[in-house]
Amino acid sequence: MSNPYPDLTPSVIFGLGWIYMILFLLNIGWTVRSYKSKQHVRLPALLGGMDVPTAGLWALYAVMLGIVAVAHFTGSNRPESFLLRMPLGAKMAIDSLANPVKYFTLSVVLFVAVVYYRKQLVKPHVAWTLLNLSLIFMAVSLTDWDFRQIVGKPDNVPIVAMLFIVAFFTWLYFKRAVDNDERIAAGRPLYEQEDNEKVLVWPDLVYTELICMVVLTAVLVVWGILLQAPLEEPASSVKTPNPSKAPWYFLGLQEMLVYYDPWLAGVVFPSIILVGLMALPYIDFNKKGNGYYTFNERKFAILTFMFGFLPLWVAMIILGTFLRGPNWNFFGIYEYWDVHKLEALNNVNLSELFWLKWVPSSAQGLPVAPAGADEGTKFLVILYREWLGLVLTIVYVAVLPGILAATIFRNFFYRMGFIRYMVFSNLLLMMAALPIKMVLRWAFNLKYIVAIPEYFFNI
Amino acid sequence: MSVGDYIRESQIWKSIFRHPAPVDRRNRIVVMLTNFFLHLHPVSIKKQGIALSYTWCMGGITFFLFLVETITGVMLMFYYRPTLEWAFNDILALRDVRTLGIMREIHRWGAHAMVITVWLHMYRVFLTGSYKPPREFNWVIGVLLLVLTLLLSFTGYLLPWDQLAIWAITVGSNMARATPFLGYEGPGAQLLNVGGFDLITSGSDARFLLLGSRFVGEDTLNRFYILHCVAIPLVVSLLIAIHFWRVRKDGGISQPL
Ligand code: HEM
Repeated sequence: MSNPYPDLTPSVIFGLGWIYMILFLLNIGWTVRSYKSKQHVRLPALLGGMDVPTAGLWALYAVMLGIVAVAHFTGSNRPESFLLRMPLGAKMAIDSLANPVKYFTLSVVLFVAVVYYRKQLVKPHVAWTLLNLSLIFMAVSLTDWDFRQIVGKPDNVPIVAMLFIVAFFTWLYFKRAVDNDERIAAGRPLYEQEDNEKVLVWPDLVYTELICMVVLTAVLVVWGILLQAPLEEPASSVKTPNPSKAPWYFLGLQEMLVYYDPWLAGVVFPSIILVGLMALPYIDFNKKGNGYYTFNERKFAILTFMFGFLPLWVAMIILGTFLRGPNWNFFGIYEYWDVHKLEALNNVNLSELFWLKWVPSSAQGLPVAPAGADEGTKFLVILYREWLGLVLTIVYVAVLPGILAATIFRNFFYRMGFIRYMVFSNLLLMMAALPIKMVLRWAFNLKYIVAIPEYFFNI
Repeated sequence: MSVGDYIRESQIWKSIFRHPAPVDRRNRIVVMLTNFFLHLHPVSIKKQGIALSYTWCMGGITFFLFLVETITGVMLMFYYRPTLEWAFNDILALRDVRTLGIMREIHRWGAHAMVITVWLHMYRVFLTGSYKPPREFNWVIGVLLLVLTLLLSFTGYLLPWDQLAIWAITVGSNMARATPFLGYEGPGAQLLNVGGFDLITSGSDARFLLLGSRFVGEDTLNRFYILHCVAIPLVVSLLIAIHFWRVRKDGGISQPL
């Protein structure tokens, strides 16, 4: 009997062979490049501690890739005994990292690390090594059935590509920014100012555009031939798929639904994101860094924007696409999407914590309006019940900006003026609202800070 | 006289192209000024402003993808009827029967790509600080283009009328139900009533406006079809025109002072 969910099949192994083949060729190219640059590295003392040309190491690695590729081509006919696959222990270790807390923490740590180690990161050899590591990780992961199911969905392929593309352009940015920051520090002209004479648009730009169009057309046609656009069963309003997902670019917002109700996650926050983006040029008063890449001259702006774009937008889309399965449960990348996976939901509201746990005398329950009370009384009782959350919320949006203005944002406040500063600080607080609620959820199982389901008003 | 020269010397050719071949410096300048399609560009430009490593070419690629989507989209419109009876079957036929069925693939992948490139374009504009004066307003137009790009993609997602389509749109548009005041499950909607009569119901709220119905049905298909094929593309075209015009008027691609 054959396994209906085989990790390896002859065609998978053969396909992987091609991936390693391409990697092999790329690394041959890289070896040549580093041979020309004549760089040397010192081996660790354990290995003899001598100087060797980097090209030698890359050549060694490339040859290994070549052997691996050949092994795939020749070994593809006996998938059961094929050895090059993701070990079970590694799968389990990686899947055990799989929960929203660790995922989000990891993406923030990664973000901080990228910024902190940017000077090392922009070195070509470091970047190339990281690229190779991530590609090999992808390739080895593809030996897992569940991983293939989710990554190989035609609609998900562009998202995998996006991950690499965004990483590449972030890297490119840091490369140029680090270079310029060094130039500024040394009082040299910017990269953009060197070799910057005027050229004629025909041919310099027009030809670039033409080549670009030809290449893109080719890419789209090949992509269209290789990958068929998905078409599932005809629409049926009674058969709800599980999970039901919004289009991929909205999955960050759908992920927000875990933490906030639809009126916030689906309406208010998206609107604020858009308003915030439009307001951005009017908030940023820093005149530097206009028309060239730099990090040091506009750290705050860059960090804020990148934090919003990378961990809060792109990483959330990746999470929503690849890691959320049936019932919006979290699944590891090698985990089977089991509809029956149970996750304990024992989240509590702040008002419940307050009345049931923190105020012993009221341990009987939350305040309720007496039977037959009129609307006004009911409303007041609700306010009383939720007073702590309401106060905290008001403090957050109305008092905190003032406190910040008097302390860490003092400088901003003076430079921006009142209105600009209020817009800025509220936008920033709204952006912080998501991570804050996440942490509260994980730390205290907190469901709502203000819970007024009577009026669909939950925060 | 070579054939090429013969053609270029003919009255027909000269009536179409108002300039001689751009082979020398003078005519390379003239071509930029006299050709309708090229006159979007300036005649000469700073070298770093068009360096790929500076602009990432992302705005241009986004525009190109918009053109690809327009062309392939028009082709798809020849084969597609937005009704419950035909929508799904027409798409199925594109896959199995139609010779140029690949247009659907190109249209779909192009749409995904356009969403990604528009984000990357915004990313690079931010990272080069190109939204700073005098380009603030062009950034605002850009944000509008970003929203419209997403809406284009969102409205198009429904049209194949398969399970993927209607449930993605259902999940996406359920949010509108919770719009404060304007959605019937939104906070504050209860306050909008006149003499005990609710103004905001499932038949009159923001979601209804979007879907043309209480659920994703044929009215929604019609509404999304028109938004997708006519309304949004028209607005996007207008905004792109303004966007490009502003790039020129704001002094071309941003440069260090
Ligand atoms: C349909 C969407 C869009 C198209 C077709 C488009 C196209 C372009 C093109 C071709 C340029 C010339 C420079 C370049 O390629 O980088 C440009 C520049 C610019 N774009 Fe866009 N864009 C779009 C969306 C956006 C968005 C979402 C933003 C920002 C939120 C934006 C802001 C700008 C700004 C500020 C410039 C001037 C940049 C400079 O001078 O360096 N655009 N756009």
